[in-house]
Amino acid sequence: MTGGGAGIRVEGLVKDFGGLRALEDVTLRVEPGERRAIIGPNGAGKTTLFNIITGIFPPTAGRILFDGRDITDLPPHRRAQLGLGRTFQITTLFPKLSVRDNVLLAVQAADPARFTLHRRVEAYPHLFRQAEELLERWGLRDRAAAPVRFLSHGEQRQVEILLALAIRPKVLLLDEPAAGLSPAETATLADLIRGLPRETTILLIEHDMDVAFTLTDRISVLHYGRVVAEGPPDAVRRDPHVAAIYLGTATPKA
Amino acid sequence: MRRAVGIGLVLGLLLLASPAVLSSYYLGLLTKMLIFALFAMSLDLLLGYTGLPSLGHTAYFGLGAYTTGLLTLRVAQTFWINVLAGIAVPTLVALGFSLLTLRARGTYFLMITLALAQVLWGIAFGWRSFTGGDDGLPGITRPTLAGWSLTGEIPFYYFVLVVFGGCLFLLSIVVRSPLGRALVGIRESEMRMRVLGYNVWAYQYVASILAALFAGAAGILFVYYNGYVGPAYLSVVVSGQVLLMVILGGAGTLLGPALGAGIIVLLENFLSAYTERWLTILGLIYVAVTLFAPRGVLGILRERFPLGRRAPA
Amino acid sequence: MTFWIIQTMNGISFGMLLFLLAAGLSLIFGLMKVLNLAHGSFYLLGGYLGLTILRLTDSFLLALVGGALGVVVVAVLVERTVLRRIYGEELRQALLTFGFVFIIADQTLWIWGGNPQTLPKPAGFQASIRLGEIVFPSYRLLIIAVGVVMGLALWWLQEKTRLGAMIRAGVDDEEMARGIGVNTPLLFTAVFALGAFMAAFGGVMGSALLGVYPGADFEVLLLAFVVVIIGGLGSLKGAFVGGLLVGLIDNFGKALVPQLAYFTVFAPMAAILAVRPTGLFGKA
Repeated sequence: MTGGGAGIRVEGLVKDFGGLRALEDVTLRVEPGERRAIIGPNGAGKTTLFNIITGIFPPTAGRILFDGRDITDLPPHRRAQLGLGRTFQITTLFPKLSVRDNVLLAVQAADPARFTLHRRVEAYPHLFRQAEELLERWGLRDRAAAPVRFLSHGEQRQVEILLALAIRPKVLLLDEPAAGLSPAETATLADLIRGLPRETTILLIEHDMDVAFTLTDRISVLHYGRVVAEGPPDAVRRDPHVAAIYLGTATPKA
Repeated sequence: MRRAVGIGLVLGLLLLASPAVLSSYYLGLLTKMLIFALFAMSLDLLLGYTGLPSLGHTAYFGLGAYTTGLLTLRVAQTFWINVLAGIAVPTLVALGFSLLTLRARGTYFLMITLALAQVLWGIAFGWRSFTGGDDGLPGITRPTLAGWSLTGEIPFYYFVLVVFGGCLFLLSIVVRSPLGRALVGIRESEMRMRVLGYNVWAYQYVASILAALFAGAAGILFVYYNGYVGPAYLSVVVSGQVLLMVILGGAGTLLGPALGAGIIVLLENFLSAYTERWLTILGLIYVAVTLFAPRGVLGILRERFPLGRRAPA
Repeated sequence: MTFWIIQTMNGISFGMLLFLLAAGLSLIFGLMKVLNLAHGSFYLLGGYLGLTILRLTDSFLLALVGGALGVVVVAVLVERTVLRRIYGEELRQALLTFGFVFIIADQTLWIWGGNPQTLPKPAGFQASIRLGEIVFPSYRLLIIAVGVVMGLALWWLQEKTRLGAMIRAGVDDEEMARGIGVNTPLLFTAVFALGAFMAAFGGVMGSALLGVYPGADFEVLLLAFVVVIIGGLGSLKGAFVGGLLVGLIDNFGKALVPQLAYFTVFAPMAAILAVRPTGLFGKA
């Protein structure tokens, strides 16, 4: 369902907002097919990192490499076309459109027909088929006609991921996919993420430690814009410095 | 779906049969309604579908009118050249203007579109030798098309009807095309579209050009309708009126704005017989619609009676 | 040489008028995120009201104050009865103000007629004064002085007073401001009124210089837009710098290439949009 995996690297990323340094010398290397969690307290810079990777704003310094290619100067839509998918922490869907129309737009995004203006969209039945397949696989078929804003929060978070998947990404960035979900919904979500094709590289920002530690191969810990720890889940779990950060007893490095 | 087609057929037949039933005066009024319906639909593409609120759309309407008017008056009465030029000029100007306007968003976009239209108004008003200044250009005769003189009320009506029908057909394809659906996506969430891989700017640019093209066409029809063009064609008042037509009828529905145009033209015609204060009433309608019915007539109707759309099997 | 000095001073005096307008527009937008399309209409109405008051009382000062306050009453009515019902929806609010553009334009046409009229200048400022070789209308000097004073007053208001602090808090984060006890509805009304006051004040002063006539509302609105596009919406400094720039450009444009009139303001506006779309000092 998705493209073959690609690696993603950020090197020496720095981001200043006016006088505030949000990211300081962040370097991450994520291998193709790897599942990496990015954790850290609020304000550590995790979403900023994602925003820079997807091109929503440029870094103050440093570069981003996607599948070996420098994408630092590419606009967001070009990065998406190369195979970079993303979900948002705050659900970003097309609120007044139906679930089906949401998915159709996502499916269309990766299709050469997307710029046609002289034929109705019904002339491209393969788009509809792909949308139906996706809806079927994620169990949203019976909700397909409902405007997306009438869905439950959990269902909306599912659609959020569904849209990102529809463009067959090689690298998928999930920004707190379980945000606001009940434990049962989180479990369902975890299963779905686990079921994603193994070649897809996944970067996951999560506050829910169960999700972060059980779904991923490697964890990077961000604190005040710096990577302070990195390693397999067990190692990170036992790292006293990481514990201190979360308990609030750690101080930022000068 | 079948209901919509049914209604469409009935309306179409009514429109075709109108000259048999309507007096010359009312036929002229219906002609005017169709012209503004086209104008409003062109703005709907930009505002209703793409979500770009232009306060200066009349710039293209006026450019179409002035170009065709000037050519007819000063050069020759060759139908095809005058009409093609009348379409080409607003489109070319849009190619340039849109590069500027799309640098702006939201409120800035409102301002820059109004400013650009006002600049054109200033030029039309001030450049007496070329545009006739405040007096405008009277005496523009209707052309002859393939042997048919369009001077008569009835032939001109059918001419306008055919153009309107053709443009409606074209626009309805565009809004239901992949590009048209992408425009709706951009209106709903630009960020989401970008991150899915859509080149948002390119889509907005195309929408801007198309909207200008169809507005120019409406302008050509109007200059032939009136036999006259003046700076008033480029005034903010007209931009405001066509914007109201779109909102009143229902932005993003294509036919809603056509309906809105009909309503406003009728109201203006009817009320102007009783009072000179039409613009005050227009302003009050503006306030009322924006406050109480921002989704417009068709917007509200669609929610009450959803026509639905099933995906092909 | 004299020509340049006179034109520069003409440009600066016109620029001060533009500053008054743009500052009001910017102030309203900065806090309330509403683009007051009726801003030019407030200018127009102020000018006409001032005209009538002047004819009745023979006092320019009364005309100035009365005209401005009259428009403030209208503005407060508009804000309290209709505008505040749809806060948060920028486009709808802008369109709502647009409705009032039509109403005010038509009503002023009805009441005052279609002929251009001029407000007589205040006594004591009707003649020109000599500054060395230069003869310059004293009224224009008055406008410059008033503009500077208003600018300073606004700056002081914004930076040094409690009201200004509340405005800045509201601009930054409205919910937060409400949370700490700022009466945001009242603040909004006050700011809208202040913006309208400045537009109408500019209207009275401007009408003595340029006359008042149907269509002035749109002309002035356009120029105010150009100023905030160049200077940046929401910035007092931007309104000042933008106003001066546009005043000078417009004036020199009219003096040197009168046929191109509107084009001369169009060019810098296009340039700014191409290079820095949020204006020189604007916030994104």
